[in-house]
Formats: sequence, C-alpha cells, structure tokens
Amino acid sequence: MAVHADSHGHGHVHVHHPAHQHHFETMEQQAEAATLGMWLFLATEVMFFGGLLMAYLLYRVWYPQAWSEGSLELDIMLGGINTVVLIGSSLTMALAVRAAQTGQQRATVVFLILTMVLGLTFLVIKFFEYKHKFELHHVPGPNFQFEGPLAPQVEIFLSLYFALTGLHALHMIIGFGLMSVILWMAAKGRFSPQWYSPIELAGLYWHFVDIVWIFLFPLLYLVDRAHHFA
Amino acid sequence: MITATATESPVNYLNHQSTVASWLLTKDHKRIGLMYMVVVTIAFIIGAFFAAIIRAELATPAGDLVSSDVYNRVFTMHGVAMVFFVLIPAVPAILGNFVLPLMLGAKDVAFPKLNLLSWYVFVLGLLFTLGAMVYGGVDTGWTFYPPYSTDGSNSNVLLAGMGVFITGFSSILTGLNFMVTIHRMRAPGLTWFRLPLFVWAVYSTALIMVLGTPVVAITVAMVAVERAFGLGFFDPRLGGDPVLFQHLFWFYSHPAVYIMILPPMGVISEVIACFSRKNVFGYSFVAFSSLAIAIFGFLVWAHHLFVAGISPYSAMVFSFLTYAVAIPSAVKTFNWTATLYRAAIWWKAPMAWVYGFMGLFLIGGLTGLFTAALGIDIHIHDTYFVVAHFHYIMVGGAIMGYFSGLHYWWPKMTGRMYHDGLAKLSALLVFVGFNMTFFPQFILGYLGMPRRYHEYPPEFQVLNLASTAGATVLGIGYLLPMIYLTYSFFKGPKAGANPWLATGLEWTTQSPPLPHNFIEQPIVTEGAYEYSKREIKVA
Repeated sequence: MAVHADSHGHGHVHVHHPAHQHHFETMEQQAEAATLGMWLFLATEVMFFGGLLMAYLLYRVWYPQAWSEGSLELDIMLGGINTVVLIGSSLTMALAVRAAQTGQQRATVVFLILTMVLGLTFLVIKFFEYKHKFELHHVPGPNFQFEGPLAPQVEIFLSLYFALTGLHALHMIIGFGLMSVILWMAAKGRFSPQWYSPIELAGLYWHFVDIVWIFLFPLLYLVDRAHHFA
Repeated sequence: MITATATESPVNYLNHQSTVASWLLTKDHKRIGLMYMVVVTIAFIIGAFFAAIIRAELATPAGDLVSSDVYNRVFTMHGVAMVFFVLIPAVPAILGNFVLPLMLGAKDVAFPKLNLLSWYVFVLGLLFTLGAMVYGGVDTGWTFYPPYSTDGSNSNVLLAGMGVFITGFSSILTGLNFMVTIHRMRAPGLTWFRLPLFVWAVYSTALIMVLGTPVVAITVAMVAVERAFGLGFFDPRLGGDPVLFQHLFWFYSHPAVYIMILPPMGVISEVIACFSRKNVFGYSFVAFSSLAIAIFGFLVWAHHLFVAGISPYSAMVFSFLTYAVAIPSAVKTFNWTATLYRAAIWWKAPMAWVYGFMGLFLIGGLTGLFTAALGIDIHIHDTYFVVAHFHYIMVGGAIMGYFSGLHYWWPKMTGRMYHDGLAKLSALLVFVGFNMTFFPQFILGYLGMPRRYHEYPPEFQVLNLASTAGATVLGIGYLLPMIYLTYSFFKGPKAGANPWLATGLEWTTQSPPLPHNFIEQPIVTEGAYEYSKREIKVA
C-alpha cells in the first residue's frame, strides 16, 4: 500500500520555531489543526447552550404570559449597558489579534488589557443584577417569592434566566483566565507575525461568548417589551 | 506493496520507558489506548458483576435474592457502567486511539496532551460513578428519567449524574481530537477515498460525540440543578415537562447507540477485507453509509417516546426516519456479505468474531424494525423484547466487533500472538451463550414480561432459567480472552510486523511499534485494500 520516502527529501526546509510540536510536519499544519480544533470546540458549545435554549423555546410557547412578566423583572438598562460593554470588548479583542498578527507587541498588550477590563466590567454589572434578584427573592428555589397567579411559570423563566446567564458568566470567567495567560504570553513577546495561534484562538472563544450574549439579551430582556413601550 | 521494516529495533513504545510516571504522564496515543483498555476492562468487570446479580435474581420467579429496591440499583448500575464506561469508549478510545494515527501515517493524534487529559477526565467520571455505587447506588435506571430522578428517588442521583457529566467531556474531547487528526494529520497521498473504512467509521462516530454529547451533558446538569435546588425544569408539579427531558436525553442517547456500533462496524470492514484477501465490495458506499448512519441517527430520537404522549404525526415521522436508518445499515451488511462471496477466506480468530457479529447484528437490526413500527411498539415497549433487541446490538454487535478488533490488532499492540484455537473457542462460547441468554428474552417480551422487575409469574421461569444458564456460558466466553490474552502479553510467540499480511499503514511498522510510530514519513500511493496486488501467502 505504501512506500517510505524521506519527507526531508522533498525540499521542505524546516526552521524550528520554539512552539513547533514534533508530531506536526510543519507550523502551518500545526496552526490549521489548532484552528479546526477550536471551531469544533465552539460547535460543541453551541450544542451545550442549545439544550437550554430548547427548554427556553418550549416553555416560552407554553407560558407566553409568564415570559412577558418575568422578562419585565429584568433590568433592561443594566442588560443594555452590558451588551455595549461586550461588543466593545469584542472590538478590542479583534484589535489585539490584529496587533499580534502585525507584530505590534505594545498595542497587543494594551488591547488585551482593555478587553479584560471590559470583561470584568460585564461581570461586575452582572453581579449587581444577580444581587438585586437575590434581595427581591427572585432566585428560583425554596425562597422564591413572586406576586401573582403565574408565579410557578415565572419561576421557570427565572430558572432559565439564571441557567443561561450563569453558564454564560462562567464562560466569561474562563475567558478572563484565558486572557490572563494570553496577556502574559504577549507581554513576554511570544507572538510574532509567524506564530500567533493562541491569541487568535482565544479571540475566537471570546467572540463566541460575546455572540451567545447577543442571543441571550433579546431572548431574556426584550421578549415582550414592545407591548409595554407602545 | 508493503515494505516491512527491515531491521526491528529492540526499542518500542512499551519498553522505551518503564516507570509508572512514564505511563501516567505519557502523551503517546498507543500507551493512552492501553490505559483506556485497563480502565474499560475494570468497568466491564463491574458491569458484568451487576449483570450476574440480575440473572441470578431472575432464575426464580420469586424476588428472593435481593429486595426490589436493591434490584433497581443493580440494573441501574449495570446500565450506567456498561453504557457510559464500556460501550461508548471501548472501540474508539481503545482501538481508535491505538490504530488511528498509525493508519493515517501520523506520529500521534493532533492534540496529544488533550488526549491524555481525556483519559484523566474519563477516570474522574468513573470515580464519581464508583462513589455513587459505594454509597448505595442509584435506582433510577441508566436513563435518569424525571420526575423520579429529580424528586422521588432517594439514591445517589447527583453523584452518578456528575460522573456521567464528567465522562461526557472525555468523549467530546476524544471526538474533537480524532476529527482534527483525520482532517489534518493524513500522510502525503492518503486521500479521503484511500482511507481505511475504520477511519471513516471513527470520523462518523466523532461527529456524533462532538455534536451530541454536549446536549446530554447540559440535560444531566439540569436534572442535577433541579434536584439540588428544587427548580421546575422537568417536574410537572412545578410547571415543567418530563417529556422535554426525554427529548433532550434521547437526542444524545439514541445517536450514542451509533457511537457504540459504528466503530465496531469499521473494525468488521478491516477484518473482512484482510481475511477474505479482497477489496471491500462497494468501498465508497460502505464509507458513506457510516456518515449516513451518523446523520440519520440524529433524526430518530423520538422513537423512544412513542408511548410518552407525543403527537401521532411526529410519531409517524420518527417511525419513518427510524426505518430509514435500516438502509445504510443494510448497505454495510450486504456489502460485507458480497466481499465474502467467492473469497479465499482465511479462517483465523478475528474472523470467528466477525461471523458472530454478523449473525447477532442481523437479528438485532431486524428486531429494531419491530420496535420502530408504531403499532407493535405499543405492545413490546418496556418489555424484555426491547432488552433483548438492544443487547443484540450493543453486546452482540458492539462487543463482538470490539473483540474482533482486539484479536486483529493484538499482535500489533503487544508484538505477540495468542492461541488461535482458544480465541475461536471463546468466540463460539460467546456466540452460543449470548443467543441462549437473549433469544429467550425476545419471547418473554413478546409474551408481556416487563423489564426492570425483580419477580415474575411462574410460567416465565423456563425461559428465564434458559437465559440465566446462557449468561453463565457467556461469562466463560468473556473470561477466556482475559486469560489467554494476558498469557500472550507475557509469553506469547513473537508476531512480527505483519502476521496477517494485511494492507494498511499500521502493518508497515514493527510490532510493537516504535515510540514515534514510523522510521520515515510514509507516503501512500494506492487504495486501502489492494489485496489483489499482493502475493497471498496464507497457510
């Protein structure tokens, strides 16, 4: 089936980059593998959130009135600010990747720090939103309190709110940790126009978490606002 | 043609390092494959132990061996251990890890560190599940149906659920690793249609692992949260929908059946080609049928819900789609048969297991059509007919295929041969014992004996006793390989690089392979099964 030939006999000259792992033939192969792996990982993440969104869809069809009432309990101002904050962080993330690709180390570091600051801002605002819900006893569970006949259904809405935004916040925290490592690598000058896989992949992850929020914000905060502004 | 390694190096992946740390911290896909084999074998013994209790209890009509509560825990732990820790990882994680990079002419999988991490995650998940067993077990059935699992049961649902959740990530990461490996690590000249069919099967499996497993992970997490905090995702008293759980659970767990059966199907293609010394009949059809099974497999889950109160229209659609899965499965079976037709079949042990697979998979597949039929399903739902059907697929199909692959690649993995006669004998014992165990259960189910009960009316005793007797033969059939393979590992005669004179890159390196697989990067110039171009030197 096969004959052996020396791969070095084909004129490939390997310049050994310190990040080159021995089981890859070339740096390009290594970078392509890493990128494909990241995209597949993001596909698993879509399915992971998908289970919760399926539950959201079913109960929204079953309990539209409770969805409307529950949605009005959410703070559209804080949610809106957080949306802007996250979109901003995606911009700074993209600029950080661009800076790394063009070999501007200082700009890479600055944009990464900005991205992390915006990410942290999001989490702090989220913390105050959660805190407020906790004070109102709007956290589902034994201490849940809600006025009105739809309380059990609103509790399901708020369960899904906490599950979805909680899972999203967990991804933000992981992303923050990831960015700390990337920042450290960038500060050490590890990235170059020849090799920037880690920051590019961390960027993909960051944009994904951002996009999840872009879906969550209207699904949770804006479900039935139109009626109430008209 | 094959150019076997001219000079065998005394250094191989097994002996180049020998400390415990060199195993526990290895990034070598071959060592990780063997580490999976150890853990999966332990899980198999645990699962078999619970199976033995089930069969012993059912030997008599009275529930006299264990209480009904203990019996519930026993069959649940049997299911959890066998499904999540044996059937799902057996072929992909053990044989896939070992041979996939070799088949591709690669030095390793794309992400070796992630591969090792997957093993640790797997072991962690197993430890959680073992913890649940030690602290009294779980009694919900392996399917964790709410509201019983979220509210009624007072057993260790949380712990076992966490075990399943964690193990899921091992499966996801392995699938991701294999997909990237197949896309990016193929040797020069190894085009998609020159790939061994095992690789196509593993690729299709990985697709299910990557897209299906996250859904069951989040579903089990929802059950855990609901149970811990009293939320109402699935509890009808709180406004939730238990049928939603069934949809989400089977969205993964039905395709999971194809995670179990597709890789063994890939094994069968390899072994049949090798021992009939022929190209697999209709190579591209067999290759695409793997993908078709993976894709159709995602569209049939609600056939588990025919009696759960879903609408008759969706039931009809799901029934139709379930029949559709039979087409690619039949393509495989017919093409294997066509490959065997007028072949000079070399009668060796891996082939004995293939014959067992084909007979049992055929019965399992055809009885699947019974359960897919809406009217008949109402009669046989939750009876022993269903139990018999899925054991024919999962044990008769998947485990037979695993043993075929194990006997086929054992000389490559260990560099040693085993006793061919004993291997054939154990294949025969498993085949006979299996049929004795599970064929009576088709009849029992048709007669109306429900599953998951620890006692039954006396008129069912003859068939149940036959089943228990068969399970004993089956047990001996599984015990034999553990003995002669262990013996072979230490004392077996040397196998040489290519004892089966097989095509395929894994046979071009020495046995056991070098730590980095190949001396030089292989270059592929022809299809996977060019046996016709080779001298047949079979004895």
